[in-house]
Amino acid sequence: MQVNWFKYAAPANFFPLAGKIYPWFYVFAALLAVAGMYIGFFVAPTDFQQGEAYRIIFIHVPAAWMSMFLYLVMAFYASLGFIFNTRLSSMMARAIAPTGAMFTFLALWTGSMWGRPMWGAYWVWDARLTSELILFFLYIGFMALQAAIDDPRRGDKAGGVLALVGAINVPIIYFSVKWWNTLHQGSSINLTRAPSMASIMLWGMLLMALSFWMYSIAVILSRVQCVIAERERRAAWLQHIEPHTT
Amino acid sequence: MSPAIQNQSSSFAMAIALLRRDLLLVYRRRSDSVTVLVFFSIVVSLFPLGVGADPTMLRLIGGGVVWVAALLSAMLSLPRLFSSDFADGTLEQLVLSPQPLALTVGIKCLAHWLATGIPLALMAPLLGLQFGLDSDALWVLSLGVLMGTPILSLIGAVGTALTLGLRGGNLLVALLVLPLNIPVLILGAGAVDAAQSGLGAGAHLSLLGALLIMTLIGAPFAAASALRISLD
Repeated sequence: MQVNWFKYAAPANFFPLAGKIYPWFYVFAALLAVAGMYIGFFVAPTDFQQGEAYRIIFIHVPAAWMSMFLYLVMAFYASLGFIFNTRLSSMMARAIAPTGAMFTFLALWTGSMWGRPMWGAYWVWDARLTSELILFFLYIGFMALQAAIDDPRRGDKAGGVLALVGAINVPIIYFSVKWWNTLHQGSSINLTRAPSMASIMLWGMLLMALSFWMYSIAVILSRVQCVIAERERRAAWLQHIEPHTT
Repeated sequence: MSPAIQNQSSSFAMAIALLRRDLLLVYRRRSDSVTVLVFFSIVVSLFPLGVGADPTMLRLIGGGVVWVAALLSAMLSLPRLFSSDFADGTLEQLVLSPQPLALTVGIKCLAHWLATGIPLALMAPLLGLQFGLDSDALWVLSLGVLMGTPILSLIGAVGTALTLGLRGGNLLVALLVLPLNIPVLILGAGAVDAAQSGLGAGAHLSLLGALLIMTLIGAPFAAASALRISLD
């Protein structure tokens, strides 16, 4: 059987597909979030060290995971677009950036909310916090560069170079920050939570992570639809599908 | 002579000519280089005014302060790397020339480093002295700036090449390049700290050297493709 792997690389084919499937991902995200929240707030026991405040990890940890994962996905798409000159890949990278930045911000914010009761400070210069903050700057830089360039194709390629350079740098930054941290302050504070996490807590966290994942897919697909519609607004196929856009 | 050898030697000749031209331009616009140094010393002298003149604290923060100021000064001088060549069309000719563009970018970075990195490295111990750093730490500071500034020039070249001719380009360069330069800051300032606490700066400086080699290998190509995108 002949499979055309590149069929959905064409915006004209991908646009209707994205429109068809993204509502489903919203549904999955909502269902998983309800299940995860239920476990997180009602089933999971109170932590004997951290009390009720630990429950923020059901948002915090999945958000931090997604923030890092989405950067890799974004760099992957941006480099695909740069190397193979595929338009849709660059549009995907453009669509992923705001969601990644949002999750990074969410991780930082919930982290500081958790840090206040636990460490007595909203912010400490811990290695993970610092590198998460730098990741946030990298997202902002990517978005600012693309926003500053009027020509969309030049913006795509410039973003591709930047995301690649950033992705190579991320491990270097992470390890240098980690090393800096261990030199400057003792490991009196570390983010390892209760020694062994109750498996029900882990389940709650995994469900929330899946929910965030589904949410990311949904929101990225609907955003990429907007990007496609904006770029191809004069294309005949788009007029055919959605006559109101011009 | 075979064409390959001829091509190689012409690349070399072009590199030398470009380096001479860039250095001549720097020499003709001496005030630009001086401005960077003055900026460097002003930023450094702002810190005691801001945090107080307690000698023990100044000794603790001295290395970091001088490094942050060096980072900002190198940042401030980045527009000179490409912008005037871009404005008068020279850059387009360089991109069109048969010599490898990565080599051209590397030479321009070398000229930029000679014109800003070395003066910053020579100036740094003088400013460190104001913070009461001891002589070991001053040597390490100077050596670190000497090894770190080429990385700043090379990574900066990628950033400036990407933002060539954009509105608000200079601010955008800072936004793109500063996060990528964090390892240089950590290693450079860490070396000074280590020297001061008697641990020896060897490890930090070795890592800085490794980072320099990695950047030397990768950054010219990234900057070259960024230039091609911007001049498309």
